[in-house]
Amino acid sequence: MKKKIRVLVCKPGLDGHDRGAKVIAAALRDAGMEVVYTGLRQTPEMIARAAVQEDVDVIGLSIHSGAHMTLFPRVLDLLKQAGATQILLTGGGIIPEDDMAALRKIGVGELFGPGTPMDKIVEYIRAEVPKRRTVGA
Amino acid sequence: MSDTVDELVAGLFRSDARATARLITLVEDEAPEVARIQSAIRDRVGRAYRVGFTGPPGAGKSTLVAALAKHWVNDGESGRVARVSIVAVDPTSPFTGGALLGDRVRMTSLDPSVFIRSMANRGRLGGIAATTDGVCDVLDAYGSDWLLVETVGVGQSEVEIAECADVTVVVLTPGTGDSVQLLKAGLMEVAEIVVVNKADRPGADSLVAEIQSIVGMRPHSDVPMPIVSTVATENKGIDELAKTIEEYRTQQVSRGLLETRRKRNLRAKIQRLVEARLRREIWGGKGASEELDATVECILRKEETPWDASERIVKKWIR
Amino acid sequence: MTDSKRGDDAKQAWRRRYDTEVAKVERETGSGASEERQPLYDREDLVANSDEESDIGYPGEYPFTRGPYSSMYRGKLWTMRQFSGFGTAADTNKRYKFLLERGQTGLSVAFDLPTLMGYDSDDPLAEGEVGYCGVAISSLADMELLFDDIPLERVSTSMTINSPAAILLAFYLAVAEKQGVPMSKLRGTLQNDILKEYIAQKEYLFPPAPSMRLVVDTMSFCQKSVPKWHAVSISGYQIREKGSTAVQELAFTLADGFAYVEAAIHAGMKVDDFAPQLSFFFDAHNDFFEEIAKFRAARRIWARHMRERFGAKDPKSWLLRFHTQTAGVSLMAQQPENNIVRVAYQALAGVLGGTQSLHTNAMDETLALPTAKSAKIALRTQQILAYETGVAEVIDPLGGSYFVEAITKKMEDGAEAYFKKIDELGGVIPAIEKGFFQREIEKASYDFQREMDAKKRIIVGVNGFVEDKPEPIEILKIDESVEQEQRKRLRHLREHRDRAAVKRSLDAVRQAARDGSNVMPSLLDAARAYATLGEIVKVFKQEFGEYLEPATF
Repeated sequence: MKKKIRVLVCKPGLDGHDRGAKVIAAALRDAGMEVVYTGLRQTPEMIARAAVQEDVDVIGLSIHSGAHMTLFPRVLDLLKQAGATQILLTGGGIIPEDDMAALRKIGVGELFGPGTPMDKIVEYIRAEVPKRRTVGA
Repeated sequence: MSDTVDELVAGLFRSDARATARLITLVEDEAPEVARIQSAIRDRVGRAYRVGFTGPPGAGKSTLVAALAKHWVNDGESGRVARVSIVAVDPTSPFTGGALLGDRVRMTSLDPSVFIRSMANRGRLGGIAATTDGVCDVLDAYGSDWLLVETVGVGQSEVEIAECADVTVVVLTPGTGDSVQLLKAGLMEVAEIVVVNKADRPGADSLVAEIQSIVGMRPHSDVPMPIVSTVATENKGIDELAKTIEEYRTQQVSRGLLETRRKRNLRAKIQRLVEARLRREIWGGKGASEELDATVECILRKEETPWDASERIVKKWIR
Repeated sequence: MTDSKRGDDAKQAWRRRYDTEVAKVERETGSGASEERQPLYDREDLVANSDEESDIGYPGEYPFTRGPYSSMYRGKLWTMRQFSGFGTAADTNKRYKFLLERGQTGLSVAFDLPTLMGYDSDDPLAEGEVGYCGVAISSLADMELLFDDIPLERVSTSMTINSPAAILLAFYLAVAEKQGVPMSKLRGTLQNDILKEYIAQKEYLFPPAPSMRLVVDTMSFCQKSVPKWHAVSISGYQIREKGSTAVQELAFTLADGFAYVEAAIHAGMKVDDFAPQLSFFFDAHNDFFEEIAKFRAARRIWARHMRERFGAKDPKSWLLRFHTQTAGVSLMAQQPENNIVRVAYQALAGVLGGTQSLHTNAMDETLALPTAKSAKIALRTQQILAYETGVAEVIDPLGGSYFVEAITKKMEDGAEAYFKKIDELGGVIPAIEKGFFQREIEKASYDFQREMDAKKRIIVGVNGFVEDKPEPIEILKIDESVEQEQRKRLRHLREHRDRAAVKRSLDAVRQAARDGSNVMPSLLDAARAYATLGEIVKVFKQEFGEYLEPATF
């Protein structure tokens, strides 16, 4: 049986702008993935904990508050502490090109700006996840 | 980084969340490692008390489960903090095979020690996934004291939970009209405790009365069925519900009923595994799909009846 | 041959020519609207969709389809009200004084997210967001700085705040008191629209019932003590920004409005005592004529329901007056200068729809807070509209248009169908609890995204006319020292205020929350004692509980 791709879609920050997160969650579901949605106002600790417990392949963060340069590194660090470095950390929002490059350098995956077609995100996840699957007996 | 089953099981026994989660995935995916996992953990399975929650959509099951989890985490037996784990099942889309698992939304304020796992039912009817029971075994071995299982809740007859829980709690709400219908349609068969949630709404008293009258009509109504009213969003009635479940458990243990119950569940589990295995053997084999297509053509050409065709296929496998 | 016969023949002839011509070409409009639109509207559509007297009428006359006032912009131009706020109270105070010196008379306060969510600037959850998208106000001390040297009897102040609105109003009233300005002279608007928070914006704190009670408490307090203050601004803007359609924005906003009216009546207020104090806030989006129709339909529906359903006798109670903001969600990060053009068309729709005040977005608002230059262009856009285009000279210039009257009616019918549905669900709050609005909006926004992906809708620069190399524009960065400074100020405040007085005042707030009496007097006392926003919200959370959204998909 082909293993399902599991994705955690999160919306950190104090704002209630969950439109992007919900649209992408629905698109990933329609692409056959199992999407765990955790709701608004998630702290990095809550995100990392949920990702570990749910054993997801991918975390997608939707960030509108401008705090991407603190949130992505923080989540990455917590995943490292938990030994869950195989998880692909990706996301979207309004993120300047320089910041995207800096985040990629520390191990964050592709980041998607507004207006990205949903198919592109689906394809990226489908291509990236098999490279990271590691469980073997 | 690659984990062996032995490493993961060792991690599980240390109550490592990551190892536990990875083992759950293997069980959920029905990976070849499952047999080894089962034998490695079997000495540690059976300690957790498994509470199943079922009921129509919008009954507030997630909120209720979260409130109970909070209660038990804070109110651990013998001064020790109890370990509570939650398994929440949501439906898989029959069209895309994908699923949106949203139960964590209502559980965000829980203590970090609570292990929550969301599952898609992956096409299984009956309210849980085919592997929910196996996932519960892993969380049992993880050291859970309380294992709370929430069913899909799409409003069908989600009664299979009774076969993998030690007690089944049916959650209903006043004012929706479908509650009583669901009870009559089968939920009553599995209910051991009934919760009337959102009991601050109009119609709560009459719902309780209706439930009482239906309870009275059960064939084995010698055991009184507890009915607890709650308002889970405001934490009302949660202490009483927790106490009711604890008393139910004490009764089960002292009268030897828990053991009977678990034997019955195990029996059902073996049957499920055999059926699933057979289904895979028959339909999952090479050429099975083409053969099925050919049979359909035969039937359409009136060369065979569906009954004859099924006989022929079954006979090929059973002699 | 009769006139109408001749008309029918001409119409059929046109239809034949049209069908032949379009059969030759295959063209997508890209606006996504073509399926619902006829290619041409004529007299027949006008007659079928509106009665000239009872549906269209005259400006300043029931049902106000053509405008709430008889003279409209001939009498007074719309108010150009640009929303602003950033950094510390002192930073924003400087900006306000700058604007007031240049003739602006209305202030519009944008608060930062921690304030909107009821957290003090030194709360761990506020980290990284203090002063970022608005001004940080944690106590009366910050509010005093915000309006330092600004005489409150001479300005009108609009405050965009919802869940903790009653507390921020108390801070404002306490500043006025210190300035010696009587409450009866204060003018302004509190957004205070909690229902659309559950539906769309999701900046909620408490469950719906106690939240509605806070709204009614402020309405009743303002009616008696601050009569020139608009206690609620019923907002569709955030509903639309969440991805709703125009009809959903219209229907859900007005349904919220009716819910406030019902709640106030239920609390014993008389409809004509408070209805004139209600105001509205809508979005102006891209589909030009549909937006104009939405504004016209809104006035007509409100007037009809207020008079017929709620029995309001005072014509002022029938009037729907509204503020418009151009659609933030339509601003694109790609080729941001194009946003200037989008904003101009949207602003034109607002004006042709008869708005009372207008905020035009700056082109870079999707990227960051506007720079001084982009903010100026946004304001200039309104001035060009007002002084160069001539659109302000004629009242409701599209009134009687075959097309616009037909879609105005369509908007009204669509809204009425939603009202029926909401009633069937038991009203606005039960519908929120069932996730009805949330699901409707999520579906609309998902459909929109799919249409974009399939290129049934074209957004210039995003999925059509794309440029490979983005030209970066200059954006405003917020200094990180704001957070440190706010924390220092708060620590100082907590050390130097009268602790016993703070505790007493918070106990009184708790008592009022419990016994159901109006919370405003105790909030005013708490403000005077320098209790912080976070401390007061904590009391409310303990008494009222916290709200978690239903999981909807």
